[in-house]
Amino acid sequence: MKGMTIIVKTVSSWVKVFIFLFGINIVLFGHLTPGGGFAGGVILAASYVLLMLAFGRQFVEENLPLGLASKLDCIGAFMFALIAILGIVFGGSFFLNFLFQKYLSGQALHLVSAGTIPLLNIAIGIKVGVSLFLVILMLSISCKGRE
Amino acid sequence: MTILFFILLIFMVIAAIIAVETKDLLGSVICVGAIGAGGSLMFLFLRAPDIAITQIVVEVLGLIIMIRATISRDLTLITGDREFFGTVVSVVIIFVIFMAGIEVFGTLPHFGSPKFAEVPGSPSELYIKNGLRETGAANVVSSVILDYRGYDTLGEVTVLFTSILGATVILRAKSRKLVEEPDA
Amino acid sequence: MPYALCFLLFMIGLYCAVVKKNMVKIVIGLAVMEYAVNLFLIMLGYRTGGAAPIIDKTYLEPGTTQITANFINTSVDPLPQALVLTAIVISLGSLALIISICIRIYERYGTFDITEIRRLRG
Repeated sequence: MKGMTIIVKTVSSWVKVFIFLFGINIVLFGHLTPGGGFAGGVILAASYVLLMLAFGRQFVEENLPLGLASKLDCIGAFMFALIAILGIVFGGSFFLNFLFQKYLSGQALHLVSAGTIPLLNIAIGIKVGVSLFLVILMLSISCKGRE
Repeated sequence: MTILFFILLIFMVIAAIIAVETKDLLGSVICVGAIGAGGSLMFLFLRAPDIAITQIVVEVLGLIIMIRATISRDLTLITGDREFFGTVVSVVIIFVIFMAGIEVFGTLPHFGSPKFAEVPGSPSELYIKNGLRETGAANVVSSVILDYRGYDTLGEVTVLFTSILGATVILRAKSRKLVEEPDA
Repeated sequence: MPYALCFLLFMIGLYCAVVKKNMVKIVIGLAVMEYAVNLFLIMLGYRTGGAAPIIDKTYLEPGTTQITANFINTSVDPLPQALVLTAIVISLGSLALIISICIRIYERYGTFDITEIRRLRG
C-alpha cells in the first residue's frame, strides 16, 4: 500500500500523537469517566491505521512488526486471565476484586481506586488495540498491488 | 427531545434504504457509515456516553475494512433469473419475523419509563445503589462489566481473539508468494 | 413510537440480507441489523429526563461517599449499556472475519454473485 501526498503525511504525523494520547487517557481513566478498555483500545488501533494509510505499509511495519504485535496481543489476553486467577489465590472466588477489598482501597473519585478495574482496563485496551491493528495489517499485506 | 429522536431515526431509515437499493458498492458503504454516525448521536442523546464513543470509532474501522473489499472491484451486472423456491422462502422468512415483531410490541414498556423502576430489588437498582460502595468505581457501567459481570467480559475477549485469529489464518494463505515479488 | 422506527430499520436490514444476490450487499444487511439491535437495547433502558450512570461530585452527599437519592431516581439503566458495549466490539471482529472470507471467494471465483458461485463447483 503506497502512501499519500506530502500535506497528508505532515498533518497526520502531528495528529497521530494526540490520538494516541487521547486513547491512553480513555483507557486509564475508564473507571471515572465514560470510556473504558474497549473504546480506548479501538482508538489506539485507529491511530496506527492513520499512519498506515498516510505513509504506506512498509513504514508502519518497521515501527511495529508483525511478530511484536502478535506477542503484545497474547500478553494482553494473558494478563487479563492472570488477574482473574489471582482472585482465587488471594480471596476465594474467580474475578474477586482483591485489591479493593483487602489491600489497597484508595479514595473514591481518584485515579488510584476501584482495585483491579484499572488493571483490567489496561489489559483489555492493549489486547483490543493490537488485535484490530493486526487484522488491518493482514488485510493490506494480502492485497495484490492495489492502487 | 422526542422530536430529536424522530429526526435522527428517520435519517437513519432513509440512509438504510439508500444503502440497500443503490447499485454502486462504494455508495452503499458510505451510507452505512452515515447510519453509524446517526446511531452514535442517538446513543449520546439516550444518555449512554461510553456506548457513543465505542460506536463511532468501531464504525470508522468497520468502514475501512469494508472499503478494502469493495474498492477497485468492478460490479458486474447480476444476471441469471431468480429461482422460484428461493423467492418463496425469503418472503416466508420476512413475513414470519414481521408478525413476531408485531406480537412483541404489546409487551414492551412505554418509552421513557424503564422496567427496573417499577420492580424493587431488581439487579439494575442494586448496581446503582451499591456500585460505588462495593467496587469503588465511579463509572457504574465499568463496574458492571468488570466486577459484577466479569465472566461475560472474559467470554467477549475470547470471541474477539478467536475471530481475529481466524481472519489472520484465512488471509495468510497466499502471502508467502507475495513477499518475494516487489511491491507495486 | 421510536420502537417502531427501530423495528423498521431491522426489517430493512433483514430484507437486504435475505433477498440480495451480491455478497457485499449481504454483509451490509448484517451490519444494518446489528446497528438496529444495539439501538433497540439502549432504548429499552432510557428514562425521560434521566442522567448518565456516572457518579460525580454533585451526586454524592457532601463530605461522605453516600449516593444521594436524586441519583437513584434519575439515572438510566446501566445493564443494557454493559451488554451493548461488548456486542459492538464483537460485531467488528466478526465483520473482519466475514470480509476476509468474501475476499478469498472473490479471488477464487472472480465474482461476488452467489448464484454464479453455486454453479461453478470446483
